[in-house]
Order: sequence, then C-alpha cells, then structure tokens
Amino acid sequence: MTKAIYALYDDDEVMVNGAKAILAKNVRIKDVYSPFPIHGLENVLGIKWTRLAINAFLYGFTALALALAGMSFFMIQDWPMNIGGKPNFDLYQNLPAFIPITFEFTVLCAAHGMAITYLIRNWTLPGVKARNPHPRTTDDHFAIEIDRTENAGVSDDEIKSILQGTNPVEIFEK
Amino acid sequence: MQKESAIREPLILGDKTYHQITEDVCAPVEGKANKYWYMAFSVAVIVALWGVGCILYTIGRGIGVWGLNTTVDWAWDITNFVWWVGIGHAGTLISAVLLLFRQKWRMAINRSAEAMTIFAVMMAALFPGIHMGRIWMAYWVFPLPNQFGSLWVNFNSPLLWDVFAISTYFSVSLVFWYIGLIPDFATIRDRAVKPVSKMAYSVLSFGWTGNAKAWIRFEEVSLVLAGLATPLVFSVHSIVSMDFATSVIPGWHTTIFPPYFVAGAIFSGFAMVQTLLLIARKVLSLESYITVKHIEYMNIVIVITGSIVGVAYLSELFISWYSGVEYEGYAFMNRATGPYWWAYASMMTCNVIIPQLFWFKGIRRSLITSFILSIFVNVGMWFERFVIIVTSLHRDFLPSNWGMFHPTFVDVGIFLGTIGIFFVLFLLYSRFFPVLALNELKSILKSSGDNYKKLHHND
Repeated sequence: MTKAIYALYDDDEVMVNGAKAILAKNVRIKDVYSPFPIHGLENVLGIKWTRLAINAFLYGFTALALALAGMSFFMIQDWPMNIGGKPNFDLYQNLPAFIPITFEFTVLCAAHGMAITYLIRNWTLPGVKARNPHPRTTDDHFAIEIDRTENAGVSDDEIKSILQGTNPVEIFEK
Repeated sequence: MQKESAIREPLILGDKTYHQITEDVCAPVEGKANKYWYMAFSVAVIVALWGVGCILYTIGRGIGVWGLNTTVDWAWDITNFVWWVGIGHAGTLISAVLLLFRQKWRMAINRSAEAMTIFAVMMAALFPGIHMGRIWMAYWVFPLPNQFGSLWVNFNSPLLWDVFAISTYFSVSLVFWYIGLIPDFATIRDRAVKPVSKMAYSVLSFGWTGNAKAWIRFEEVSLVLAGLATPLVFSVHSIVSMDFATSVIPGWHTTIFPPYFVAGAIFSGFAMVQTLLLIARKVLSLESYITVKHIEYMNIVIVITGSIVGVAYLSELFISWYSGVEYEGYAFMNRATGPYWWAYASMMTCNVIIPQLFWFKGIRRSLITSFILSIFVNVGMWFERFVIIVTSLHRDFLPSNWGMFHPTFVDVGIFLGTIGIFFVLFLLYSRFFPVLALNELKSILKSSGDNYKKLHHND
C-alpha cells in the first residue's frame, strides 16, 4: 500500500482554501508542495517559523569575536608593527583600523554559515534526489500531501471524498 | 490576496499564467541557440583568448610588459579593477537593497544583474592578482603563518581590507545568487526530457523539493542574506576608495571618496545592467517581463546616482581650491587643463552631462536612447577611474619625475580580454541558466500581472 495520498491543484488560492477545508474536517496535512512561496500558508498549516535568522546571528557574533581576537593577536601581541605611526599598543587604540575587516569577516561567516545551515536543514545538497510528488509542482501546480499513518482514524475513501470536495485537478497515491 | 493600485504599471505584460512564465523563461535553456548567439559567442571567445594570451605573457615576462613607469606605477590595471568592481555593484544592490525596500520590479532583473556582478567581480579580482607579478604567491595576501616566522599580513592596510572586502563580496553574492537559482533549476529539472540535461539539472538543483517549510526557510534566508549584503554593497566600494583615500597623494587624499565611489559604482553597475538587459530581453524574447517600466526605473537610478557623482566631482574641485593646499589645487587644475584634459572632459561629459537627459520622460522610456546613454556611462566611468589614478600620479612633487602613461598592446589586450571573458560567461549563463527568477515572478503575477490587474479592477 502506498504511504500518502496527494491532491493536485492548478491555483494557489484554490489550494489554500482546500487546505483550510481539509483541516476543518480533522484530516491532518503532512506537507504542501508549491512552485513558489505562498504567504500565509504557514498560518493555515500551523508551521512554526524557521529559526535560521538566530543561527545567522550566532555565526556572525562568533566571527566578530574571532576577527577581533585574531587581529589583536597578530598585530598587537605576536608581531607589533609600527606602520605609519598608527597606534598599536592595545586593541582599543588600534580598533578603528580593524573595523573594516571585522565587519567583512562577520558578514562572511554569518552569510555562509546561514547558507550551509539552510542547505542542510532543507536537505538540498549536491547529489540529493528530489522528493516532490509530481513534476509540475515546480511549474504551475500545487500538491497537498496526506499521510495515511497520520490519519489512521480516517478511511481512504473518506480522505478522497474530502479531497474531491476541494476542486483538485487530480488525486493520486504515491 | 494582495491587490495593487490601478495606476501602477503592470510588471508582467500580456496574458500570462504560471505555466506560461515557466515556458517563456525555460525556452532559451531548452531550445537551440540562434545564429546571433553563436556569432556573439565566437567574437567573445576570440577576444577572451587574446586576453588570456596577454595575461599569460604578463605572467611569463613580468609586469614590465605593461606601460607602467616609475612615476605612473598604477594605471590601466587598477583602473580596470575599480571599473569592474564598480560594475559588480548593481547586482547585489538590486537583489538585496531593493528586496529590503520591497521593490517588486527587481524580480525581473535580479538574476541577470547578480550574474553580471559575479562575472564582473571575477574580472576585477584578476587585476590585483596579475599585478602582483608573481601570481603563484597570491595566497600571501591571506593571514597564513609562513615559513619565515610569525610574520603576518598588515591588518592596518586598506589593501588587505580590500582582500577581505572583495572575497566576502564575491562569495556572498555567489551564495545569494545560487540559493535563488536552486528552485528554478528544479523547474528545469522536472521539465527536462534529455537524460543528460535531466542529470545536470538534478545535480544543480540539489534535490529541491519545494515543500512548505523549505519555502519558509528560503524566504528567511533571502531576507537575512539581503540584510547582510546591503551593508556589504556599501562597504566594498568604500574600502576600494580607501586604497586611494588613505594615501597622501594629492587628488587621492579625499574624505569624500567612499560615498562618491559607492554612488559611482551603483551608477556604472546600473548602466551595465541596462546595456546587457536591453540586448537580452530582445534576444531571449523577454519583453513581457523586462518591460519599458523596468528600463525606466533603472534609468531613474542612473540619473540620481549620476547627479550624486556630478556633485561629488564639483565638491572635490571646490575643496581642492578651498583647502588652500597648493599641491591639491594643482592636481585638480592639472586634471582639467593638463595633458590629460581629454580624459577629464570625457569623464565630465559622459557621467555628468549626458545622463541628465534622463530627466526627459521620452528619453528614459526609449530603448534606443537608454542603450546609447548606458554605453556613454560605461565609457565615462572607465575614464573617471583613469583620471583619478593616472592624472594624480603622472605629475608628482618633483617636476623631474613628471611623465605620461602610454599603454602597451598588453595593457589594451588584457582590458579587452576581460570584456571578452565577461561576455563568454554571460552568454553561457544566458543559454544554460534561468535568466529570470521564476519563483519570484510567479509570486507577483497575481498582484502585478497585466491580466490579473485588469481582472481585479473590473470587479
């Protein structure tokens, strides 16, 4: 037996209204596949907002500390150089000259750290196989996924009749 | 459903559906290239090969093969470097700054503008590399402990700031661009018929699925990367300008440099986007997406940044007199009236006077005048960097040192060669990559599409 039942729609508004109708009948939706981000869908499906931004902040903050620590070690402790009379006795005095690199390094690590976290969390990495149920969900169709194990109390026929009531273009199992 | 004011011009013309957008954008990738593409590609490859030859010649013989002399020891190479970095500013500005300002018109142009940014920054990074003379030592710019003891690179030097700025800018722009490309590669992957292209786009799309949570993360990543890239856009050219501004050469030692360079960079970047997109929209039949309104918006940015650049030129001139520093005063008098007056005049004409024509609505909405004016800006901005660099150096404090700069065929060859390499990359991009951000365009179709706007306002 296949694991999930899908309803395919050709319009985002029809799909969102369909999702609301399905949830109103106490059928749980596992996921929704769409060719572009649909605003407000997370509220309908009750998906929590991502915490990626917090990650970016943490990567950036670490990089900031690392850049300042690194430069004060290189330029002030390990090998102090008198360059054009610029003060190099302590970090505070030398700080203005360190700001550009501190900034760049913070952005570098925050951006790349966040991008890598994003790719891993989505499991979108080179060589990974696509898991969208229908090839047209990356073109102009929208799919609602109903997992059988999540809806043990509801029969297949019931699920299908609920889905049929939401005007899909196609219902299929996979 | 978000609705837009009726008087706001639609951003997607014609009777488009989601599927039609996919068809239109995938057509160049899935179809065969026409003869114009092959002609342009052949010319670009020949010019690029000539450039590569000149670069190899430089590496083999040393930078003595350039026209540099003891007085003018920075010339075309640094001019080209700053010119290319400047051009590279529009892409991230369009995708990051305009994203934060929720400008929907950016969606039709951001992909190509970012591609242009990445290729332009690659060309820029080439010049400091080959200028080192011994390019195999280029890794010395990074703070690596070496075999000579704990000698570190100089973190007080703007040249090192530049290394960090350019590498951060390049890699962050690349990541930003690629993250936007992943869902669009997935679209091509799911449509591909031939096994080779199916496999290639499967790898490129990283197995993108497009489920709800992935899109939430996608939006968050785009927003935060835009927030990080925005100060980056402004910092990169500020730091490039500090290569000059922190020196004590009259004509370079100016506090106005950072904002003036940033405005100039955006100005030249938009001009290059305009040049490329005016051709691309025609060749790739994307007139419904890159509309006259998009062209007009970009021209408005050009006229505003051009005016900022003009004010900067005049302030610089005024301050050189007002400062009372005779060397500073001479440097600017010499620019305008000395042996390089023609470079200064070209710069003033192309950057300050000609873009002012964009105040006329007819001129900024005409494709032909937009194209011609964008070429003028590209040329003018090259001259600006040439004027700043060469005219400040060629007459220094000792009149016995005074000289002129004469480019050799190698200087010219490398410069033209980078234009060739740039076009090779851009032409390849336009054949194999989705040139418009498919997923973003689809998300604005119902609010800004022509057919939907008409439908809403007839309700």
